[in-house]
Amino acid sequence: MIALIYAHPYPARSRANRVLLEAARGVPSVIVRSLYDNYPDFEIDVAAERKLLLESQLIVWQHPLMWYSAPALQKLWFDTVLANGWATGEGGTALEGKTCLWVTTTGAASAGYTPGGVHGFPFAAFVPVMEMTARYCGMHWLPPLVVHGAHQIADAALQQHAAQYRQRLLSFAAEAAGG
Amino acid sequence: MADLLHDSLVYLGAAVVCVPIAKRSGLGSVLGYLIAGWLIGPWGLKLIGEVESTLHFAEFGVVLMLFLIGLELELKRLVEMRRAVFGGGSLQMTACGTVLALGLMALGLTWQAAAAAGMALALSSTAIAVQTMNERNLMTAPVGHSSFAVLLFQDIAAIPLIALVPFLGAAGGEGGAGWLGAAKAIAAIAGVVVIGRFLTRPLMRLIAKSEVREIFTAFALLLVIGIAQLMAGAGLSMALGAFLAGVLLASSEYRHALESDIAPFKGLLLGLFFIAVGMSIDFGEVIARPGLLTLLVVGLLTIKATVLALIAPRLEVPRSERWLFAALLAQAGEFAFVVFGVAREAQVLARDWEGLLTAAVALSMAATPLLLIAFDRLTSRRAQTQREADTIDDDSAPVIIAGMGRYGQIVGRVLWAQGIHITVLDHDPDQIDTLRRFGYKVFYGDATRLDLLTAAGAAKAKLLVVAIDDVADSLALVDLAQESFPNLAIVARARNVRHWLELADRGVTAIEREAFESSLKSARAALTVLGVEPYEAREIAEAFRRQNVITLNALLPHFRDEAKTVAIARSGREELEENLRRDREARQQARGSGWH
Repeated sequence: MIALIYAHPYPARSRANRVLLEAARGVPSVIVRSLYDNYPDFEIDVAAERKLLLESQLIVWQHPLMWYSAPALQKLWFDTVLANGWATGEGGTALEGKTCLWVTTTGAASAGYTPGGVHGFPFAAFVPVMEMTARYCGMHWLPPLVVHGAHQIADAALQQHAAQYRQRLLSFAAEAAGG
Repeated sequence: MADLLHDSLVYLGAAVVCVPIAKRSGLGSVLGYLIAGWLIGPWGLKLIGEVESTLHFAEFGVVLMLFLIGLELELKRLVEMRRAVFGGGSLQMTACGTVLALGLMALGLTWQAAAAAGMALALSSTAIAVQTMNERNLMTAPVGHSSFAVLLFQDIAAIPLIALVPFLGAAGGEGGAGWLGAAKAIAAIAGVVVIGRFLTRPLMRLIAKSEVREIFTAFALLLVIGIAQLMAGAGLSMALGAFLAGVLLASSEYRHALESDIAPFKGLLLGLFFIAVGMSIDFGEVIARPGLLTLLVVGLLTIKATVLALIAPRLEVPRSERWLFAALLAQAGEFAFVVFGVAREAQVLARDWEGLLTAAVALSMAATPLLLIAFDRLTSRRAQTQREADTIDDDSAPVIIAGMGRYGQIVGRVLWAQGIHITVLDHDPDQIDTLRRFGYKVFYGDATRLDLLTAAGAAKAKLLVVAIDDVADSLALVDLAQESFPNLAIVARARNVRHWLELADRGVTAIEREAFESSLKSARAALTVLGVEPYEAREIAEAFRRQNVITLNALLPHFRDEAKTVAIARSGREELEENLRRDREARQQARGSGWH
């Protein structure tokens, strides 16, 4: 099973993320958990979230990038669900051996992510926080899927990303079923 | 009748003059009463002749006091105390009694007289010790627990002591009546248990429903007097019976109502008791044999205080409070008067010794407040170099919830689940019954009464939750709490906007309108059904709440002015709609920007 943890405060207002999500939703073993729809008051049901993670081999974090990081509710999800003693620390082995995929969109074009650009660093400089969150829990880290310039991106380019996303999920599911 | 009124005038007048002066000058209320008694008694202004009958009547104050102590003590805690009571108490009685008896033998008494008098002097005065501990807030401190355990054992031990003294006499006891006496005693205790455990609560419920306040008070007094008579009839201690009844009622919902009704009677009668003790100090003996009497008083206090201080570690009295413990219990008590009387009748004790010892006991009681002042002086000097290390050991609940309806229950359950102890006040007997079935500790009573609020522990509580239905009562309670307990935080439920404004005007900050939050939740659910996303629905509700609270606060300075209120409310509503419209437009513009 694939757990898709989706964190967008206004899903209906999104373009890029909605297209990506629709592509992923079609994959048979994907379960989408939209955090802002399920927990508008930020009262995350930790037990339910953990149950879903335990049943899944692949965990996908999909959200728009906000302030170089995840939206607030996704961050709260990290803090409460991936707690010490469950996902980390003594006895915290629940996620060991699982695989993690980060799917995110940025507002600025990739050109902004250069030493001279508006964001001052290459995008790779913003990845380690997410990557280490997964690896600290003992998960395998897949190369992230990043859609830059989500405001202006042409439909065709966006559809290409979506198809690639779908393909990666499908092949993971097939691999999991076969192996 | 005229006599009764005259005597009342004298007693009350003397108390009103002497007690506040004594308290003000740091001597404590007990000494004030004793001085008042001396002033009006046979050795003062001779305003009252009947000393013995007054003393006898006023002993009922001690009975009421033990009833109230019983009410504070649940059966569970009493059982926990059994080691302190029987172990510690018997150690104190034997140790003090033996040394005192040896001392009296050295003064020339026969061994029989010395034994009877020594044991009698080993008993302390529950009235003086408890009153003093109450005045100093010591009842819940470790030294208070140990002292009370010792006093409780003495109350139990006094009964066989009084019964056994005649056997020491030349005449010997009557004998033979033992079986019948024991059977009567067991029957009386069983009677108290049945009354306290099974009869009282349904009866009080019935009386509470009649809503005639003075009948509830009458019933409370009737209960204690009835139990006292039952015990006296069986030759047992009235005070002990009342104490037992109190313990049996300690877990009942009427505990605080009983407390607040009985407390004034206890206070007055106990005062009368101290006055009577003051009157009974025989200054004739003081004048006739000053040397011997001084020796007796000083000897009694020194021996008892030393023995008490020596055994204090065994009674789990903290080191720093050893001498406080000794000073609290060093005096001889009211039971000694009775034992001396019985001993004289049985020809164990000579008449002149009875008078002398009675005077010594009364003087030792009068000396207690002075001993405590001495203790304070000594320790305050030491305290300057040594930091106060006392832990505040208080078992009263930090939260009082007034009104345990649907609203109060939710508040209470959340707190309760966090292990926070709550005292609940409600005045609907049916509601109380239901709640008790669910395991809540609920007390019957009108929360707007100061005495009940005090009995519920408002002076020590941190928080009062005002969740009662009636708006006028709610405001009256807030006024009362703010006036009498300014340190008590208030969390209030408002029935409507008007009520919210009245509460806010009184400076209450934690106010919730009872339907507001749930209405907003319903509004969000409605928006979601209509296609608004859940998180956006939440933001809309938040914006509405923010704007609404701004309008309420704008109303606050003018809400007593009807016309202005209407105008502000109307412009507030327009402003709110305007703001929400702007919010909506901003959200629509935000589509496609910011979040992707």
